[in-house]
Amino acid sequence: MEGQLTAELGHFALLLALMIAAVQAVVPLIGAQRDVAPWIAVARPAAFGQFLMVAVAFAALMRAFLISDFSVSAVYQSSHSQMFWLYKLTGTWGNHEGSLLLWILILSGFGAAVAAFGTNLPPALQARVLAVQAMIGVGFLSFIVFTSNPLARVIPVPPEGLGLNPLLQDPGLAFHPPFLYLGYVGFSMAFSFAVAALIEGRVDPAWARWVRPWTLAAWCFLTIGITGGSWWSYYELGWGGFWFWDPVENASFMPWLAGTALLHSAIVVERRDTLKSWTVLLAILTFSLSLLGTFIVRSGVLTSVHAFATDPARGMFILGFLIVVIGGSLTLYALRAPALKSGGLFAPISREGALVLNNLLLATACASVLLGTLYPLLLDALTGDKVTVGPPFFDATFGPLMVPLLAAVTVGPMLPWKRADLMGAAQRLRFVFIAAVLVGFVTWIFTTGMSWPAAVGIVLSVWLVVGSLVPLAERVKLFSVPFTESLQRAAGMPRSVWGMVMAHAGLGFVLLGITVLLTWQTELGTVLKPGQSASLNGYTFTFEGAGNVRGPNYTAVRGVFSVTRDGRPVTTLAPETRSYVGSAMTTTEASIRPVWFGDLYAAIGESDGAGGFAARFYFKPFVQWIWLGAMVMVAGGFVSLSDRRHRVGAPARRGAPAGGKIRTEASAAE
Amino acid sequence: MRPAFLVPLIIFGLVAVALGIGLGLRPAEIPSALIGQPVPTFALPGVPSTAPGLSSADLKGQVSIVNVFASWCIPCREEHPLWMDVAKSGSVVLYGLNYKDTPENAAQWLQTYGNPFKRVGGDFGGRVGIDFGVYGVPETFVIDGNGVIRMKHIGPIDRAALDNEILPKVRELQAAAQAAAKAQ
Repeated sequence: MEGQLTAELGHFALLLALMIAAVQAVVPLIGAQRDVAPWIAVARPAAFGQFLMVAVAFAALMRAFLISDFSVSAVYQSSHSQMFWLYKLTGTWGNHEGSLLLWILILSGFGAAVAAFGTNLPPALQARVLAVQAMIGVGFLSFIVFTSNPLARVIPVPPEGLGLNPLLQDPGLAFHPPFLYLGYVGFSMAFSFAVAALIEGRVDPAWARWVRPWTLAAWCFLTIGITGGSWWSYYELGWGGFWFWDPVENASFMPWLAGTALLHSAIVVERRDTLKSWTVLLAILTFSLSLLGTFIVRSGVLTSVHAFATDPARGMFILGFLIVVIGGSLTLYALRAPALKSGGLFAPISREGALVLNNLLLATACASVLLGTLYPLLLDALTGDKVTVGPPFFDATFGPLMVPLLAAVTVGPMLPWKRADLMGAAQRLRFVFIAAVLVGFVTWIFTTGMSWPAAVGIVLSVWLVVGSLVPLAERVKLFSVPFTESLQRAAGMPRSVWGMVMAHAGLGFVLLGITVLLTWQTELGTVLKPGQSASLNGYTFTFEGAGNVRGPNYTAVRGVFSVTRDGRPVTTLAPETRSYVGSAMTTTEASIRPVWFGDLYAAIGESDGAGGFAARFYFKPFVQWIWLGAMVMVAGGFVSLSDRRHRVGAPARRGAPAGGKIRTEASAAE
Repeated sequence: MRPAFLVPLIIFGLVAVALGIGLGLRPAEIPSALIGQPVPTFALPGVPSTAPGLSSADLKGQVSIVNVFASWCIPCREEHPLWMDVAKSGSVVLYGLNYKDTPENAAQWLQTYGNPFKRVGGDFGGRVGIDFGVYGVPETFVIDGNGVIRMKHIGPIDRAALDNEILPKVRELQAAAQAAAKAQ
């Protein structure tokens, strides 16, 4: 009885949140236009109230999932009383309605955060930002209230739920959506700031300084989300791949590419007061790609294993919403952006020039992923021709674009602002270059068939990792002053510089992991009977036998393999194939053990009916570097986020004449 | 207003129109121009150590299903247990068309998840897939005893599609073939 009350209470809170959001979207905006202080003042309490109401609704849904209240339709659709409690909890967002509610919770959470921490923002700007944020909120809240109410009842109450998609019953995927959404939705802040700036008709360094931390935080979360998803596909899909170019993966990768470009172009606005209209456009596009990703996942226009139940009516609603949000903001952009005055001029060879190159390459890469994702659909819609785009397309387009980008990552930070001397930078990087080429040459000789891609990958990895450390070494005057003084200088260095070095070196680690993995991984597929063994890369895998095991809501065949090397035991691997109760689906649970320089990976397949089982073994060298490298990038992002400039916040907008303060900071950071 | 600033809006407009049309298309229901046409002529090698190769001649003589799959295709995994069930039941002959894949990956994929196919054609370059009008992977064709394509399903099949659309079509074609044999 009490549970029923909570669900209705949650529904009521959701309606209240919608009403508050509607007020928040209109009143502060008018207030800011007409300069009416009490109307402007509505923004902050409304943002808090909206967040509180959404949080109540979310808590109500989560509670219904935890106690398996099957009278709530979302619970009935995607939960089961025998499920492990953690998956009951994470089942809250393992369905269409619940994941939308999580999206809104995060959206209103970011709004509340701007209200709480944005106290140094000019009140009119804050009011406009919160109003834009609330407009997005109104769209999503009406979507959920009118088409996908998560707290709708089922009558009569079913005795048992239908169960959660088995692929989602996994710790990696359980916590994947919250991070992904923190990233997606986090970019709504950059969007709201961009639209607010267009309404105000002004973009200046102070604006960029407010936007950057929000973008950086969103970027960090999105990176965690994508990395988690990649790790999940590595061990759960039983295939040992880390990226499949699946439409849903691409949907999260496109905002990441655009967001990375935005992070870099915002630096130019902040330091040099130029590239303004481009940065505003990137902010709009990054969030637009997040929305497009949602559309792709929700509408079912593209087939993917990740898609939840789809429904054309929902697709139409999201498409309408996309047209209003993206079309509206781009119209505003077309009207107002030409008026944005550019500040500092710069030569093509300069820090600004390098960041522009970064933006061009990232934007092109993003466009190629977008094209590959939508091409089958676009061509079919326009001409009726049918084509398939698989990984071959992305290997051919995305790969070549990354080579110049990665090569430039090391050079960019070596260039001063305004005008630079490329030869001077080359001079400072010559040892790194020689080292990278040497290592690459050795790689080229030792790979089977002298693999060019492997050599290029290794050269770029060394170039990135060692090259990113050069600005660091120069700043602390490594080897040219006593070591203790270098340490002191390192401690006094701005955290944003540390963050940059970590992020760029992390990227090098990712590339190194990918290159080594693709070049040297070995695999073996065979059928083994108990007692038989197979060997791979010096490791011997002996099949000890297979048996049935029961989980809370699945039965599994588990094979046990003991692994030895030179007669000495290394480990035991126990991969499973699981069949879930109440669905025809089986999932593979690979068994993975890290050893020196890589992972041992085993998966078990079908029985051959004569006592033998299909088994696959991989040696995956350096594979953990891919995810560790990504985590180093994230750590770099958080370190940069903790920089004094971000913590203290921007100085008052009119405090310093434009340029004066900025120039001092820029030269201080050289 | 300068025209350059309108470019993003115009591009988005085109994308939105295409997405709108795409929504209306319901990709799983697109009729194929090849329905009612004989299968294209081809002869493909097999996938190592799992199944013999496939040619257009194999598709004549009895009603069969051709399933287009690839190891890199994630939705293929989802529908695979259903094909294993069909193979166990023995109600119809299943053939596989392995699309734009490598022989090793395809072989291992079949070893891991089981091989429901009597024969598998390794269409590693994707040429035969183009002749079949393959739009995406997975795709499924129902072919009658004369080697004529009778039905096409785009995207992964589920239990409902199998029981309500594909298998009834197979039974209808099998019954028609039997009736024709009796009449002769």
